[in-house]
Amino acid sequence: MLQSMTTETETHSISVNGEHRRVPAGTTVAGLVQLIGFDPARVAVERNLAVVPRSTLGEVQVEDGDDYEIVHFVGGG
Amino acid sequence: MNAHHPVDADTWTVAGRTFRSRLIVGTGKYKSLEQNAAAVEASGAEIVTVAVRRVNVSDPNAPMLTDYIDPKRVTYLPNTAGCFTAEEAIRTLRLAREAGGWTLVKLEVLAEAKTLYPDMIETVRATELLAREGFEVMVYCTDDPIMARRCEDAGAVAVMPLGAPIGSGLGVQNPVTIRLIVEQAKVPVLIDAGVGTASDAAAAMELGCDGVLMNTAIAEAKDPILMARAMKAAVEAGRLAYRAGRMQKRRYADPSSPLAGLI
Repeated sequence: MLQSMTTETETHSISVNGEHRRVPAGTTVAGLVQLIGFDPARVAVERNLAVVPRSTLGEVQVEDGDDYEIVHFVGGG
Repeated sequence: MNAHHPVDADTWTVAGRTFRSRLIVGTGKYKSLEQNAAAVEASGAEIVTVAVRRVNVSDPNAPMLTDYIDPKRVTYLPNTAGCFTAEEAIRTLRLAREAGGWTLVKLEVLAEAKTLYPDMIETVRATELLAREGFEVMVYCTDDPIMARRCEDAGAVAVMPLGAPIGSGLGVQNPVTIRLIVEQAKVPVLIDAGVGTASDAAAAMELGCDGVLMNTAIAEAKDPILMARAMKAAVEAGRLAYRAGRMQKRRYADPSSPLAGLI
């Protein structure tokens, strides 16, 4: 888990759905989605106000200071 | 007008997609996802509205809507409920398009929390921007024929005037203007919001609307599944009555039995 990170491990400080998080450097956006427990195929991701196309979730790297919104469909009228 | 179509082929088409059911149902306010799915089934709806919200990071294993209502069987119509500016709505729908891959969306840009009345200036602006981005936008609007026309001119693929305020269950408050909107529109017209019970849905359809969209009337009924069935029947009955063409109203009685041959 994240809290077991040692000082020499490089991490990025990011925001996910308004909450602060640290993730290991080199994490992809797809990796981030999996890290918080969701299937990348069932969510949509906005990174710094721009939608990340699903086809590139596995390629785009998380950068320090990134701001993410991860959404899905819920019941609504 | 579809009056020349046979009964079994009475479909309607929005943005090139053809549907048999004229009832669109929401997926909010249900006690459980099971009940929600059963109500959708009973309603016969082929389109459901859904909202776009943050995933719950603290509970990633919570059941998801898509586990209960299969987006391959039922068309998901993402909405922009809770958006108060064109920019918020566009941001939401861009995410919806990515989440589902769908370009058919429901736009609602609200003006205030008290009435949940649409802000038509923002709505028309958002419709224009979204249409330009390739979205097919079904637009929640006021029951004002001029505003409905503005939405259509801005690129709406359907106009969806409110029957009454969202969640109010008051029924169609302005049948005169709804009829005007139906008469002028070149795109489908659906009553969106305000239906309370089956007769409200039938009345909306008798005005010539192409469909009705509702959520609370079913979800807040004592028995939502039974009400979903009632709404299915009401929408069908209202549609058939519209197509049949109702009799003229008279001010006085007119006997149904012949007067000739009376003993």
